[in-house]
Amino acid sequence: MGKILEIKNLHAKLKEGREILKGIDLTINEGEVHAIMGPNGAGKSTLSAVLAGRDTFEVTEGEVTFMGENLLEMLPEQRSWAGIFLGFQYPVEIPGVSNTNFMKAAVNEHRKAKGLPELSAAEFIRMMKEKMAIVQMNQSFSSRGVNVGFSGGEKKRNEIFQMAMLSPKLAILDETDSGLDVDALRIVGNGVTQLKTPQNASLVITHYQRLLDYIVPDIIHILYDGRIVRTSGAELAREVEDKGYDWIIKSL
Amino acid sequence: MKQEELKKTNRSIEEIYASDYKEGFVTDIEQEFIPKGLNEDIIRLISSKKEEPQWLLDFRLEAFHKWQKMTMPSWGHLDIPAIDYNDIIYYAAPAAKKQAAEGEKKEIDPELARTFDKLGIPLHERDILAGVAVDAVFDSVSVKTTFRKNLSEKGIIFCSFSEAVKEYPELVRKYLASVVPSGDNFFSALNSAVFSDGSFCYIPKGVKCPMELSSYFRINAKGIGQFERTLIVADEGSYVSYLEGCTAPQRDENQLHAAVVEIVVEKDATVKYSTVQNWYPGDKDGKGGIYNFVTKRGICKGENSKLFWAQVESGSAITWKYPSTILKGDNAVSEFYSVAITNNYQQADTGTKMIHIGKNTRSRIVSKGISAGRSQNSYRGLVKVLPNAENAVNFSQCDSLLIGDKCGAHTFPYIDCANSSAVLEHEATTSKISEDQLFYCRQRGITAEDAVGLIVNGYAKEVLGKLPMEFAVEAQKLLSLSLEGSIG
Repeated sequence: MGKILEIKNLHAKLKEGREILKGIDLTINEGEVHAIMGPNGAGKSTLSAVLAGRDTFEVTEGEVTFMGENLLEMLPEQRSWAGIFLGFQYPVEIPGVSNTNFMKAAVNEHRKAKGLPELSAAEFIRMMKEKMAIVQMNQSFSSRGVNVGFSGGEKKRNEIFQMAMLSPKLAILDETDSGLDVDALRIVGNGVTQLKTPQNASLVITHYQRLLDYIVPDIIHILYDGRIVRTSGAELAREVEDKGYDWIIKSL
Repeated sequence: MKQEELKKTNRSIEEIYASDYKEGFVTDIEQEFIPKGLNEDIIRLISSKKEEPQWLLDFRLEAFHKWQKMTMPSWGHLDIPAIDYNDIIYYAAPAAKKQAAEGEKKEIDPELARTFDKLGIPLHERDILAGVAVDAVFDSVSVKTTFRKNLSEKGIIFCSFSEAVKEYPELVRKYLASVVPSGDNFFSALNSAVFSDGSFCYIPKGVKCPMELSSYFRINAKGIGQFERTLIVADEGSYVSYLEGCTAPQRDENQLHAAVVEIVVEKDATVKYSTVQNWYPGDKDGKGGIYNFVTKRGICKGENSKLFWAQVESGSAITWKYPSTILKGDNAVSEFYSVAITNNYQQADTGTKMIHIGKNTRSRIVSKGISAGRSQNSYRGLVKVLPNAENAVNFSQCDSLLIGDKCGAHTFPYIDCANSSAVLEHEATTSKISEDQLFYCRQRGITAEDAVGLIVNGYAKEVLGKLPMEFAVEAQKLLSLSLEGSIG
């Protein structure tokens, strides 16, 4: 089993502010699904943003290796080409740019980075249709502006659709369950499960246990105050659900 | 820590640096200049160089006298440095091209041909540019008009202004200043006094012009101003699509371009006038660039006449320009579709006027402003409905897109309605390309520059769609290029 991501002693702070990640260690291998749980303000979203290269945060210490390369040296788009996908907690609206044109640009930039020729229009449309089916997205979405006027559930389905289009090595899903009703949760969860292969991996970040009913993790980490304070199997989620985070924090 | 390097390449939206202006080269060619300065002698000199009839010299001198009594308009949302009109050369022509007036008969200077080739404007008719006829204006003179003969077979006159004065004096005299009187404004008066050349086009009754006609304006010489006139007359039931393009070398000094475009649309005729304005915009610190102070106006003279404006304004240090339509004939229709893009220290005050005089006249205004860097971009428009304009309809939409937080977008829509049966609608939006949008695109593998291009082209799609095909592709590239460096 190959190593996809290795984080060693990662410290990060807000560009002009306090330290949020205070020494994270985490290794993710091919075929694994990891979940990071934790109370609000623990640093969950910061971790995903730092991995994706958001410049509002500054890494002050530590190393991150992705597929054998130093991730911290890479631009956000280079990280994307290398195989990191971030499912946003709040997907951004881009008026005037259709979902089709957006994904065409993204897919072709990925292909260019791999030295592959652009897809033909027909190949691209076929691929769109196939991937939209995974999250039961209506065809009419392809001509609409990216996330413009989408409901919360539609936005999250669009994230999973984009993930399917880019087939990342590592999918980081940041609070993908927030704002979803049970049906949407099931569609998103099934989508992610369908996209799982022995060669890729997922990092699911969530506050609640409920998403983990649909995406069953191999390993769960509890993040608290910028550190991973516990790592265990899937059963840990149930404990959190029953006893709350306080119980874990008190036991430290 | 490599984070430092990452930060360096991961620049924020505010950081601006100059874009590459690929038309910024100078053609090294022997040119003939007249002395600097503006006075009656200079005007007489220009007129004599062009061997003009007395009536045209009188027209110039009258305009000059009007101009002397006028002051530069100050109502624009523009900061225009003082211009010394005596420090400008009003006439410069390629020395070898004294035979320009004889049009196609003589061969064009190979150096000039190379210049226009480099600008993507082939002057050899064998390089048919998707059926576009070109009148190429280099500094103060028209150096070549292509397809004149082919067009004349249909009765279409397409030639330089100077040729038209010589060959069709009665037509020129009838229509010159009939839409934009010489004393209309400060710059139209200046242009009327010193204009040196330009394009003339006449489409006879019932003729549909079989190819796109175009004027391409090139400023080359240092210290000159360019003052050209375009006069388009579409007679009853005719149709023409006209394109205009322009570029200039990259220089530290500002140069003035003050043109006048007049369009006459007779009964049942249709004119489409498209502009891609790409004058040198100045450098990243706002040094240099063209002052583009242009008066463009058309009159829908007869019933059911139609005039459509489409423009992409990406160049110039300062743009002052309001292509307008007088809807005189009943049931006349006019549309104005515009994208104005400013970056670095560029300033633009641009828009349109729709003057409804005839009954059942309809107009539509779609203006898209894009501001980046420290630029200021204003839309200024007037919709005027006169008392007799029963059932006039106007729809106006003015959108602004901001890139970064040091630029400005302004909208000055005026409505002046004297007929209660009119239906006037106005919509406006302001949006901003945010860091969140850029990060979202980059996370999907789309570089920041490509993301801006994608967003801007999506935003301007409606206007680009109004341009003729050959132009639309060029314009799309230009939009992305103009914003190069507006983000990291």
